[in-house]
Amino acid sequence: MKSHAEALPTQEMLINMGPQHPSTHGVLRVILRTDGEVVVNARPDVGYLHRALEKIGERVTYAQYMPFTDRLDYLASMNCNAAWAWTVEKLAGIEVPERAEYIRVIVCELNRIASHLIAFGSFTADMGAFTPFLYAIRERERINDLFEEVCGNRLTYNYVRIGGVSADLPEGLLDKTTEFLDYFEPKIPEYNNLISYNKIFVHRLANVAVISPEEAVAYGLTGPNLRGSGVPFDLRKDEPYSVYPKLEFDVCVGTGERGTVGDCFDRYMVRINEMKESVKILRQAIAQIPDGPVQAKVPRVFKPAAGEVYFRAENPRGETGIYLISDGTVNPYRLKIRAPSFVTMNIFEKITKGLMISDIVAVIGSFDIILPEIDR
Amino acid sequence: MEPKAIFDLLKSRFGGDILEIQEEGISPPFAVVSPEKLPEIARFLRDEPGLSFDSLMCLSGVDYKERFAVAYHLHSLKETHRIGVKVYLPKENPSVQSVDAVWPAANFMERETYDLYGIVFEGSIDLRRILLPEDWEGHPLRKDYKYPEFYHGIKV
Repeated sequence: MKSHAEALPTQEMLINMGPQHPSTHGVLRVILRTDGEVVVNARPDVGYLHRALEKIGERVTYAQYMPFTDRLDYLASMNCNAAWAWTVEKLAGIEVPERAEYIRVIVCELNRIASHLIAFGSFTADMGAFTPFLYAIRERERINDLFEEVCGNRLTYNYVRIGGVSADLPEGLLDKTTEFLDYFEPKIPEYNNLISYNKIFVHRLANVAVISPEEAVAYGLTGPNLRGSGVPFDLRKDEPYSVYPKLEFDVCVGTGERGTVGDCFDRYMVRINEMKESVKILRQAIAQIPDGPVQAKVPRVFKPAAGEVYFRAENPRGETGIYLISDGTVNPYRLKIRAPSFVTMNIFEKITKGLMISDIVAVIGSFDIILPEIDR
Repeated sequence: MEPKAIFDLLKSRFGGDILEIQEEGISPPFAVVSPEKLPEIARFLRDEPGLSFDSLMCLSGVDYKERFAVAYHLHSLKETHRIGVKVYLPKENPSVQSVDAVWPAANFMERETYDLYGIVFEGSIDLRRILLPEDWEGHPLRKDYKYPEFYHGIKV
């Protein structure tokens, strides 16, 4: 059977989608070649937010780099903070007090929920449903309030330190977190009733931009995008770090619930289900957290021995890997950040061939990319 | 498999093309290989049963002052092991064969390395600048990079 484009040939058009476009989640530019409504080719153009974060890393000390990691993935700053701290600790062989590790896991999982809420909210808004976005922001606001109590900031936290965290949790915060979890957990089925199984929504996402498990691995997809293709790989389980081995949770994968395994709907659903798992992790962490110090002794002039380390952490958007080379001085010699969204954009051109323009919006939303992390 | 066993297997297969093993203070350990043989070694690492390095985690350029390097961090989801592979390149006209045919994930990371280090990846499907403007001069992550005073006549 002939495709649309072959049966009714029209003149090809070159369209600029972005860099200023509400559905590209920031300053992503997609150069579209279309035949009518059908996309012949969609080429992503990134780099509009490039701030030379890797170059800056070579000129500041290890501790001074912490606030820059906030600006990597600003919807999950806690996770980026912690990833940097874990990398440096691995390089220098620093033992972190257990309470500090629990605090890190608690703030990271709260941040994961906040980040997935934005992913859920903005994705549904892209698909034309405005109400879920307000629901998501309402819940995220309560997480921001918690973080404000923890460290004084609502977006870029700069809370984690090399060897621990900047301050112990304020009194009563764990109770407030439990209170939030009790409030939040029943909301997830509410989202599903509100939008997830809405017929129009499902039609927009099911069987769109299917990525096979083999393709997902070969193209370096990680996090929810990889699990959406049915690959049960989660660094918190498969390459455990911090206190994750002591916490029980399930790895959510795409099941082809409404279409094919690896379509946009699966990637969306993985995030919804992961929020439930994060709630599970948080409840256990709150029950298990020990008393004790929250900061290891780290010398003021901090010079790790020469060496190279690659550490990766499971962030809301996938594997944030940091390749760190030390030459024994106070500054990192080389600092490479492997950003999950950046690698994810690699497959974009391949899977968008032959889709409709409106599907492009669905694909971008389902990848849950964030531009400051792509451009660094 | 332990990295050591993997390196032994590589040595028995490629002999002198495995130039050096770097382990001291390095995680995961690196096998330094000769740049000419890189595509062949990459294919072997991916396809050999028991190794099956199906995932390229990270590809980075490094400027070691007297020479450049490209570091490949590999992981196998099937066998759950990981190693690093490194090639050293000369300061003048650094270039190495692209591995995007072996691991498609390489393309964007190779473009980034080309953009910021000026390392050319021969045979790449699409090698253009990615983060900087197309008309940018120089490669900023090189250690000897001079900061420009003007960009298109505008003082920076």
